[in-house]
Amino acid sequence: MLLARMLDDKFASLYRAGKIFGGVFLGRGQEALSASIGISLRKGDAFAPLIRDAAGRLAFGETVLESVRTYLGSPQGPMRSRDGNVHRGRPKDGLLPMISHLGAMISVVNGILMARRFKGERGAVGVASIGEGATSTGSFHESLNQAAVEKLPMVLVVANNHYAYSTPTARQFACRDLVDRAIGYGVTGQNVDGTDLVECLRVVGDAVARAREGGGPQLIVARLLRLCGHGEHDDASYIDPKLKQTGDGRDCLKVAEEQMLHGHWADAPTIEAWRAAAAHEIEETVAKVQREAAPDPFKEDWYALSSKHLNEGHNEP
Amino acid sequence: MSITYLEAIREAQARALAEDPRVYIYGQDVGQFGGAFKATKNLAQEYPGRVLDAPISEDAMVGSAIGSAIEGMRPIIEMQFADFSTVGFNQIVNQAATLFWRTKVPCPLVVRLPFGGTAGSGPFHSQSIEAIYAHYPGLVVMTPATVEDAYSMLLDAVAIDDPVIFCEHKLLYYHLKAEKLPTEALPIGKARIARVGRDMTIVAYSAMVHEALAVAEELTGEGIEVEVVDLRTIKPLDTDTVMASVARTGRLLCVGEAWPWGGVTAEVIARVASEGFGLLDAPPQRINAKDTPVPYHPSLWAAHRPTARSIAAAARNLLRL
Repeated sequence: MLLARMLDDKFASLYRAGKIFGGVFLGRGQEALSASIGISLRKGDAFAPLIRDAAGRLAFGETVLESVRTYLGSPQGPMRSRDGNVHRGRPKDGLLPMISHLGAMISVVNGILMARRFKGERGAVGVASIGEGATSTGSFHESLNQAAVEKLPMVLVVANNHYAYSTPTARQFACRDLVDRAIGYGVTGQNVDGTDLVECLRVVGDAVARAREGGGPQLIVARLLRLCGHGEHDDASYIDPKLKQTGDGRDCLKVAEEQMLHGHWADAPTIEAWRAAAAHEIEETVAKVQREAAPDPFKEDWYALSSKHLNEGHNEP
Repeated sequence: MSITYLEAIREAQARALAEDPRVYIYGQDVGQFGGAFKATKNLAQEYPGRVLDAPISEDAMVGSAIGSAIEGMRPIIEMQFADFSTVGFNQIVNQAATLFWRTKVPCPLVVRLPFGGTAGSGPFHSQSIEAIYAHYPGLVVMTPATVEDAYSMLLDAVAIDDPVIFCEHKLLYYHLKAEKLPTEALPIGKARIARVGRDMTIVAYSAMVHEALAVAEELTGEGIEVEVVDLRTIKPLDTDTVMASVARTGRLLCVGEAWPWGGVTAEVIARVASEGFGLLDAPPQRINAKDTPVPYHPSLWAAHRPTARSIAAAARNLLRL
């Protein structure tokens, strides 16, 4: 959580300095939920993150280096300068690179789990992470229903942060609570306070365990508030100031720190040492990546097909 | 013994299932029922657990195929009608078609599209939308015109490491027959000279190849020898074979059942005009369906699409230019 928050802060400052080509999308306020996903999964599982999942990515095994390389467009990054910022992943390691139409990632997770079943491999879980906005897409409906029909070990985590870009929930859905949709799909549903790390770890961990044990798809709806704009280009002036005073507006990182101190899991000097280590790793990584060469358009093969001979071959520079 | 175009598609899938444990079929009504057109007849019984009925969810069907392809499977997705694939369009063009380019991880899947007009099918069970898929980088688009190609190209489609849009024409399903299944075939990406002629080249694909061949036969009575090129795949498009044919004949007529704006006929003419202008003795011509939705009544439908009669008229006109 701490590393993700500090990494996000670094991207925000690089953005303001004009060092990032496209947008920057932060997970501020959503780290507890996100980290809980990454921690609850293990090697061999699948994870389709949303744009605010820096914490979950790191916990699932993504490195700071991959993240920085993608944001800075390094050809040595996993997306090789072809895609940037949050659109990064390693599909063969179960970390899916999202397309912008986020609801579309859910059925890809389903497909990974179907493949595992075809191959007779048991025990894997897939998590798809979306916001409340993606629950309005047709893909959400098709894929959650598909997971239920196939009884897949898929956990769908909805971070209800009150706004899809600027659109408030009142213009997004009319049901009392999104978790009520679970019964309509025949899946298990669970609410969680997304600002409370301990609760997130419990609820997400339990849902992942239930899915792993054959309990079928799980829907988790977390309440929280995005403590930043949609992207760093957005001042979030539309966010109702009263919401910031509610429980949803708590900063999950501060809550987690208090929980750690209170529960004697870590003392203040330890947390300070984590902070220093994170700052060091981030600074070192950014400095390293900033020295890496930009992509060379003349070295690109400009082939969209893996079958080289089927590319039409009129793409020579 | 003879085998139809539809049976060839069924046989190709049976062979793919038999030879490759990574292959599975997923689509509406494809299981016990054997598919709306019976292209998967008895396959669910012969290959238990590998021919699965899907909910009416084209987006999720393709999305899950992408996920399983990442995991090394070889999914064949049957769209009940090509027209319905638009519901899965986003997954095909934005996710499947971009995956390899973005990540180096190939996305081997086949989307079978029963496409094209048949009498009485109307606006939503008749469309020819191959050009929309060909427009996007990262897809192979096949349009077999013969029983032999339906069989061998579907097997090729399953073997290719990239997403393939396999356009199978419904009009050919039952009527087109061959004596036996082929043992060899042209490679994917090569067009076929379906008939040799010296006076003009007609470029066609899928069902329109048969209309073009009928025209060629008819025009021999008038002393006109038409060469017919069957594109087989529209992407990649075999420009070399088309250009070589035009070099011999000097005249080009492109025929497509799809709508006129953009598309395969426009692409072929653009390439010949820009790369082979000097080969042409007359302005290249094309004939397509009318620019309206596909009509229901057989007499309207027959006037909407190119037919041997309208193609023959266009061909005669081309010789006067």
